[in-house]
Amino acid sequence: MDIRKGIAVSPGIAIARSMVIDSRDYRIPRRSILPSQRIKEVQRVHEAFGKAISQLAALEQAQVGRENQIKDIFAVHVRFLHDESFQKRITDYVENELVTAEYAVSTVLREIASQFASVDDEYISERAADIYDIERRLLTHLLGDVRQEVEHLKEEVVIVAHELTPTQTAGFNKTFVKGFATEAGGRTSHTAIIARSLGLPAVVALEDVTSCITSESLVIIDGNRGVVIVDPDEQTLQEYRDYARELTRFEVELSGIRDKPAVTRDGVEIELLGNIEFPNEAVMAREKGGVGIGLYRTEFLYLYSGTEPAEEDHYEAYAEVARHFEGRPVVIRTMDLGADKLPFTARQPGEANPVLGLRSIRYCLQNLIMFKTQLRAVLRASVLGDVRVMFPMIGNLQELRQAKMILRDVMEDLDEYAVPYNPDIKVGIMIETPSAALTASLLASDCDFFSIGTNDLIQYTLAVDRGNEHVATLYSAADPAIFYLLRSVIHDANKARIGLSVCGEVASDPEYIMLLLGMGVRTLSLAPPMIPEVKQIVRSVTIKECNHLARKVGTMDSQRQIKNFLRDATTRIIPEAF
Amino acid sequence: MSEPVHEIEVQIRNIEGLHMRPAMQFVDTASRFDCEIQVTNEETSVDAKSIMQMTMLAATCGTKLRIKAKGRDAGEAVEALRTLVEVKMFGETPAV
Repeated sequence: MDIRKGIAVSPGIAIARSMVIDSRDYRIPRRSILPSQRIKEVQRVHEAFGKAISQLAALEQAQVGRENQIKDIFAVHVRFLHDESFQKRITDYVENELVTAEYAVSTVLREIASQFASVDDEYISERAADIYDIERRLLTHLLGDVRQEVEHLKEEVVIVAHELTPTQTAGFNKTFVKGFATEAGGRTSHTAIIARSLGLPAVVALEDVTSCITSESLVIIDGNRGVVIVDPDEQTLQEYRDYARELTRFEVELSGIRDKPAVTRDGVEIELLGNIEFPNEAVMAREKGGVGIGLYRTEFLYLYSGTEPAEEDHYEAYAEVARHFEGRPVVIRTMDLGADKLPFTARQPGEANPVLGLRSIRYCLQNLIMFKTQLRAVLRASVLGDVRVMFPMIGNLQELRQAKMILRDVMEDLDEYAVPYNPDIKVGIMIETPSAALTASLLASDCDFFSIGTNDLIQYTLAVDRGNEHVATLYSAADPAIFYLLRSVIHDANKARIGLSVCGEVASDPEYIMLLLGMGVRTLSLAPPMIPEVKQIVRSVTIKECNHLARKVGTMDSQRQIKNFLRDATTRIIPEAF
Repeated sequence: MSEPVHEIEVQIRNIEGLHMRPAMQFVDTASRFDCEIQVTNEETSVDAKSIMQMTMLAATCGTKLRIKAKGRDAGEAVEALRTLVEVKMFGETPAV
């Protein structure tokens, strides 16, 4: 049994055999096979050689009649593939080391390549490149097998990979895919997005998880706690089966409250909105009981097309969601990526500290053409419903004013061409830097609403990167520093009588709901699958007891004390959540 | 009845040594025969029919190689290889 901790990006429990997907762009990890699988893996090596040979023969044929280097290269590759001692070295490796065909090919060929490379003769050391080329060709065939298999699944599996690309996931037979676990990625990785839109559990940022899994491993993916368990023992398996059953029962129970209002027992109405990534997620947000969209992340527009999105691309995406929610709020957040993540810009020289670097609103303010394109589309969509615009990562009043000035410029442009828009569009900002939180009273005078992005706010306030395993345990929303900061932001917003919502992960964490309500929050924006559960909590509490709880937390002095206290309080209200 | 064994020594004479194309020709020639053929430089002994092993031999211009063939057509095999290396010199430029 092997337990790995990662980041939970999509809730639920999946228990199934694993299907490991490698990519030739990444190092193939060592993966063991059972002695009984030897014959099959050796057969796969032979087949990959066969396919590579016929492919090369065709390539060589195309060069016939030409006396050139390329033809010679193909000819050499064919001879390597026909070389019995070469092939035997790979199959021996599979049989003796009990590893997959992919791993054997990759390891043996790299070994040979490095032997060649170390020879003190240019003609021979350069052959290393040929060996790498042969490796890629063989891997393409071996990985192609797996792709075929995923497209024609016949039993339930969970997908385990380094990272999945859109092309890979597009081919999956989704009827049989029950969950995802990847080594790379964060909340906005492709895997996370796909999993959420399919409503499947997923955990990402699991360091070298693919190396501890064989294709026969039974795997549990716990998308609630961010844990992946490989080859669980009987007891763990039983516990998880019970837990999964309990969750299903709970889900059915929760679906009953979808159409009931999110009102506390003492009659205070709480607005529950959805966080979405893609326009089609609006449907799920509404099905789960969301009354609007509190955070529409727009990064996908920049990440998936490979080119800078055109105004129409933006407009279509925004209009679809605005129409779906008619007169209900739809908060569109402007581009929130680092310069290093934008695929279509010239590769920037690497920043030593990208999290503190040129990103988000800072990048937009330096790239006005791109920024204005997005704002124009948001404004055009604003006549279709209650569309609002939100600027991320604002650090000071100056930045907010600059962004608003650009928004006004765009409005003037639209006026010139008589394009309709809502001139009173609500403008808000994310409170996610400590400087914004500390100067919230100043910022409040220049905008219509705040949305507290707790993920970044915690990272910047506690100076902790939660992706860094050595310090990840220091990252906690239960830190007293976060409590003080949130309390002051909420106070400043209420005093200035502007809108306030919380859209970070704490808004979907059952343990923090009572605390947030007790601190004065009345709008929460969260991942759509979590809305029913949070609504259940809202309907089970009174504001009076939440206020009491928040006052009590204000007297506590450690993460642990706060965390335990909140957990106990929530368990009393809604035991099924734990 | 023991199988005939033939053994000769040849010297690589073309400037570029046993690089890609010559190695290919060498392996192709050796593969035409049924006999077992071993090629030895000062340190290692390899299979003349394996391009991987021949490449690793790293024979450069001037290298002396022992070719040892064992089997029915061993005599023809060593002669064919000698011709390729020393007479035809892989159809390439000899060192002066």
